[in-house]
Amino acid sequence: MLTEFGKVFIFLLIGAIFVALGLIGAWIFRPHRPYPEKNATYECGEEPVGSAWIRLNVRFYVTALVFLIFDVEVAFLFPWALIYRQFGLFGFLEMAIFLFILFVGYAYAWVKGDLSWDKPKPQIPAINRTIVIAGRMKSASEILDDNDINEGVE
Amino acid sequence: MGLLDQRFENGNVFITSLDDLLNWARLSSLWQMQFGLACCAIEMMAASASNFDIMRFGVIPRATPRQVDVMFVAGTVTIKMASRIKRLYDQMSEPRYIISMGSCSNCGGPYWEHGYHVLKGVDRVIPVDVYIPGCPPRPEALLEGIMKLQEKVRKESMVKKRS
Amino acid sequence: MTAQEIFDILKIRFGDALIEEKLSAAGGSASVGYAMQVWINIAPDKAKEISFFLRDDSAMQFDYLSCLSGVDYNNGTLGIVYHLSSMVHKHKIVLKTFCTKENPHVQSVSDVWGTANWHEREVFDLFGIVIDGHPDLRRILLPDDWEGNPLRKDYKVQEFYHGMKVPY
Repeated sequence: MLTEFGKVFIFLLIGAIFVALGLIGAWIFRPHRPYPEKNATYECGEEPVGSAWIRLNVRFYVTALVFLIFDVEVAFLFPWALIYRQFGLFGFLEMAIFLFILFVGYAYAWVKGDLSWDKPKPQIPAINRTIVIAGRMKSASEILDDNDINEGVE
Repeated sequence: MGLLDQRFENGNVFITSLDDLLNWARLSSLWQMQFGLACCAIEMMAASASNFDIMRFGVIPRATPRQVDVMFVAGTVTIKMASRIKRLYDQMSEPRYIISMGSCSNCGGPYWEHGYHVLKGVDRVIPVDVYIPGCPPRPEALLEGIMKLQEKVRKESMVKKRS
Repeated sequence: MTAQEIFDILKIRFGDALIEEKLSAAGGSASVGYAMQVWINIAPDKAKEISFFLRDDSAMQFDYLSCLSGVDYNNGTLGIVYHLSSMVHKHKIVLKTFCTKENPHVQSVSDVWGTANWHEREVFDLFGIVIDGHPDLRRILLPDDWEGNPLRKDYKVQEFYHGMKVPY
């Protein structure tokens, strides 16, 4: 007497009630005594300086966007994969055209460099102190260029 | 908004059974904020390890004060650190308890006489519930301190305290 | 090289900056089993020059600053003691500088040996000796708004710090 969708609905309802009971129960029993020092941002005991809203690099957004597009493509592939035998060659060609259009988009994103992850350039620290190694004086730049640091040791 | 938090003037059997249930739930899962400062931290780690195992008491180490019930102040509290401890105590959520572990956080410990940089007892900045003596206290002593705190939690009540 | 040779070389080069040396062993005889540490007294405003020479000269090559500590001699003078050793020639020397409490200034050697940076900050924090030419002179162990220098012999601990009672 209950359709299949009806059973799914009951399942969702019980899930929602379970969560709500937990949250409302906690709200009833917990103490709530806020004061300014308690509501301050946690900074491992230090006083927080500045705002927590910082500018992030756009590469995170680009990666998420590319992922979303191809994830939706895969979502469309799933129901097609279940029934494509029924449609024979016609169904196969239809999906091939769809995949080809998205493949063109993928190639465009690749060529444009949207798939590469930009890393910041590492800064080698500059040391301007002479260091004595194995009895010889070297400047720091010599040591960084020097591959075999043990040469010259008796 | 704590609907039932300290709104009752006098108890009845319903309140006391609810109290028992809540207190049992709270004392069985006293999440701790690991605050090892010095040598007592090693004993705290030993207590968390397999031989003595405070996790069987429900005590799980969390790194943030927002999610913990109890903070073990284990080790020497310097004056520089004391303001941070006060801030972290303020950021803990109620119900919150403090266990002071070791002589240094109880009363300044071996630095009581000449230690210019040591706070002579963490109870000069925050209210302490249980003091565990020792230098450092053995892990069994820490376990006994946790059990004493559990006894204290068992006696808590939703009834408003008349003073 | 022995301390006497090092002192002679330094004397030739930096004559007026070297004040004295204490090179004799305890009891005055080198045949006694254990010798007191010998040290060379250098002027506080020439510490950097002498240190550069001691580090860079190929006969000496004191490339390792083992320790840098401050001292309060309880008669109005403060001082810094440098323990140097050489990884190459495997010899050691001790340098001492003295300054008065009224004018506690010593030149920094943190350009010579990088480890001196924090050691000199500690000396500044606990003794109050101002290190001239230090790249970042501020308190390292105590809080920045602490009053006084605890390792001086005439130090009295303050009563309250930000509302916390300090003495027992």
